[in-house]
Amino acid sequence: MPQVTLTVNGKTSTVEVEGRTLLVELLREKLRLTGTHVGCDTSQCGACVVHVNGDSVKSCTMLALQAEGAEVTTIEGLAKPDGTLHPMQEAFREYHALQCGFCTPGMVMSAIDLVQKHPQGLSEKEIREGLEGNLCRCTGYHNIVKAIAAAQEVMHGRRSELASAAE
Amino acid sequence: MNAVTPFEGIGASVKRKEDLRFLSGRGQYTDDINRPGQAYAYILRSPHAHARIAGIDTATAAAMPGVLAIYTGADTAGLGSIPCGWQIHNKDGSPMAEPRHPMLAEGKVRHVGDQVAVVIAESRAQAKDAAEAIGVDYDVLPAAPTLDAAQVPGAPLVHDGVAGNICYDWHIGDKAVNDAAFAAAAKIVTFETTNNRLVPNAMEPRAAIGDYDTTTGEYTLFTTSQNPHVIRLLMGAFVLQIPEAKLRVVAPDVGGGFGSKIYHYAEEAIVTWAAGKLGRPVKWTCERTESFMSDAHGRDHITKCSLALDANGKFLGLRVHTQANMGAYLSTFAPCVPTYLYATLLAGVYTTPTIYCEVTAVFTNTVPVDAYRGAGRPEATYLLERLVDIAAAETGIDRVEIRRRNFIPNDAFPYQTPVALQYDSGNYTATLDAALQAADWAGFEARRAEAAKHGKLRGIGCSTYLEACGIAPSAVVGSLGARAGLYEVGTIRVHPTGSVTVLTGAHSHGQGHETTFAQLVADRLGVPVAQVDVVHGDTAKVPFGMGTYGSRSLAVGGSAMFKAMDKIIAKGRKIAAHLMEASVEDIEFDRGTFRVAGTDRTKALAEISLAAYVPHNYPIEELEPGLEETAFYDPKNFTYPGGCHIAEIEIDPETGKVSVVNFTAVDDVGRVINPMIVEGQVQGGVAQGIGQALLEHAVYDADGQLLSGSMMDYTMPRADDLPLVGVATHTTLCTHNPLGVKGCGEVGAIGSPPAVMNAVVDALKSYGVRHIEMPATPAKIWGILHAGRKLAAE
Ligand code: FES
Ligand code: FES
Repeated sequence: MPQVTLTVNGKTSTVEVEGRTLLVELLREKLRLTGTHVGCDTSQCGACVVHVNGDSVKSCTMLALQAEGAEVTTIEGLAKPDGTLHPMQEAFREYHALQCGFCTPGMVMSAIDLVQKHPQGLSEKEIREGLEGNLCRCTGYHNIVKAIAAAQEVMHGRRSELASAAE
Repeated sequence: MNAVTPFEGIGASVKRKEDLRFLSGRGQYTDDINRPGQAYAYILRSPHAHARIAGIDTATAAAMPGVLAIYTGADTAGLGSIPCGWQIHNKDGSPMAEPRHPMLAEGKVRHVGDQVAVVIAESRAQAKDAAEAIGVDYDVLPAAPTLDAAQVPGAPLVHDGVAGNICYDWHIGDKAVNDAAFAAAAKIVTFETTNNRLVPNAMEPRAAIGDYDTTTGEYTLFTTSQNPHVIRLLMGAFVLQIPEAKLRVVAPDVGGGFGSKIYHYAEEAIVTWAAGKLGRPVKWTCERTESFMSDAHGRDHITKCSLALDANGKFLGLRVHTQANMGAYLSTFAPCVPTYLYATLLAGVYTTPTIYCEVTAVFTNTVPVDAYRGAGRPEATYLLERLVDIAAAETGIDRVEIRRRNFIPNDAFPYQTPVALQYDSGNYTATLDAALQAADWAGFEARRAEAAKHGKLRGIGCSTYLEACGIAPSAVVGSLGARAGLYEVGTIRVHPTGSVTVLTGAHSHGQGHETTFAQLVADRLGVPVAQVDVVHGDTAKVPFGMGTYGSRSLAVGGSAMFKAMDKIIAKGRKIAAHLMEASVEDIEFDRGTFRVAGTDRTKALAEISLAAYVPHNYPIEELEPGLEETAFYDPKNFTYPGGCHIAEIEIDPETGKVSVVNFTAVDDVGRVINPMIVEGQVQGGVAQGIGQALLEHAVYDADGQLLSGSMMDYTMPRADDLPLVGVATHTTLCTHNPLGVKGCGEVGAIGSPPAVMNAVVDALKSYGVRHIEMPATPAKIWGILHAGRKLAAE
């Protein structure tokens, strides 16, 4: 069986996979990183989004072998080792941007990439358009949009702390 | 010490306890669980809507790498039928048709996606590869995939023994009284509509793991369920004949349900049974395409209705005939959805004195149809609120005014409707007024004119809805055909040092029970939310439970906890009386402190619990040690949330696309425990309602192929399809449960579709449009705009 060597959340692993194994299968089944989810089989839902070399990628739409040598970050790798959450994770909690939590890992990973790629800041409309690849069936997106809007202020250093949802 | 603890009790928007694990990827959904030595199941499903199985050849597949076993209907024919939990009776009193629902097809397949065989192999990929090598010899039969196709004379029979494909023919109300009201009417408005078929599409696909312990003979099923105890009962007692004591069902973190995960599905029984046969755990995970053809769908009604009015626009009577699609087999709750969860809601918020409703339930060659968020109540509300708008247009009475004229007045509660329900409380004028103001209804014409300047057609619409939830009084539903009780169970376990574990039979799959239920305990017992653990979803831990659906968790499950806390407090007072050498009657309790009335002598709950578990100085003659109490709470009535939703939409005539530009919801959900969570529930429900109104439609072709069978074909609302949703509440308390709560899980999906569609019709009124069917897709709207039917004088 072919092998793939990749670094996931800072840890390098070499794993045997079939040619057809998807990156998400490698993460969930070989590395037991089950925070990355599978919500569809047509690349529509974004529950599987991870970062590959700094870009958000639907890990159900990439073969494991294509990740040779890649740096992959999953939801498990976002918080600091001391447990401090990433501002986006913090904002999702503060703004009640998750209910069942199933879309959440993909949503958070997509949102971080979206914000990072728009240092000038995103309007509500731009956030909505930027989430085009992620489905959430629970929240109606209202609070997800608010959370991302709040998180970008912290991520771009315009605020030192997250604005409280009550503000 | 003057540290200020933040208030965490009833009414506080406490941040959710469950979020940390979900946000850090540490949730434990069923597919995240792996059992040692586990094998994988793949289900071979029918590609045909209707066919006889002439033969199944598994020889090649069985010899493929990794294959452990292949089972077909021949292997499971001796097992029970997947049961239906509700029996409806026909007009003549005879019971509904209830054909066998096999785990694996027996001689015939009845819908695309019907289970034909299961392959169990060492890996998922091997199981799937082998399934492709199974040869099934199908004699394809003509299919009856729609209500119309199933009811034409000579239609193909979905079940050989069910004449005319009729599951039941039911009615409610007094026809003679109703006929008399229509005979006396000054005006009769009629209307025919289809409630579009929907696919629930919780983001987590279904999954199940069966496990069997060969030494103890115990089975364990991990499953994506909203009600593990009910699954244990249905599967253990009816399908596999496993006694409860030998069957544990665990529903861990579940990624959304919306009804679709209430039901007992064949795959649960298949993996459990196969685990016993093979002596190995067996895991099955649904792929999304399979979900489309195997999860129960929702809605799918065709309805004709008439409203009789007097000369002043007062409603005199309502007459409804509905055809309801049951799909190929009866799913767990299916028969009650278009009857007791639908026709009983047809009074809505109005004083209509007589209602007569007939419902014909029909088998078709489609996936079973069952409750989906709202279940029957959205169908009733849609029909009623569209009908009221049409009546307003045809009588020339203002849409809001005609509603006001017919509202059940505030002093009429308790209010008995002509369709069985008795509403306990409500204030429909208050929610209407609040919504009109929040949405600036009065200022709308200016916004319409402004939009017109930019070439856009703007419309506004409202719905004043009501629903019945907090399901349900056991004796009432039993008399109506339910085969289970619908109480709930709560245990409060106060530990020796005063922290609390709550065991609840309700199940959280997004609702935030771990937080809301902890707040109930914090509010009453004074224990900080952080020290209250809520346990749910495991039949080995929780005594019993009926699960979560019908917005019942708080109204029924929360009330059970409240009753259990009553018992804790009563016992605590006896212990406190002993410790403080006072009489029990003199002990007062408030938020964690027992006090001898009128003195400063107090004992904290933690001191009482310590005494209960270390009973050195304890009234041991009259009291057992320990501080743990369980209560079963059976509700006295349904609860009746209601309110007003207002949608403001804009149509781009170039494309036909409808955009919801403003949405306002003012809901009366009874007492609000956590406003943040309630708002989130309403927003999510509204999103699904807007999805139904504008985007979603499960469509079968004439051969019974599901055309909208993937997320590429079935349009789910995305972030840029939806507006910000303004949510407010106006509370009247439920009068019959101890918390005064009504329920908020379904109101969004119930109130919103007619508000949106009333707005769409309003936007198109100059085109002479009387009604548009859901979903109001761009193609449909564009067709109307370009049909050259513009009546407005230009
Ligand atoms: S799993 Fe749905 S897009 Fe990857
Ligand atoms: S929180 Fe459930 S799908 Fe988004």
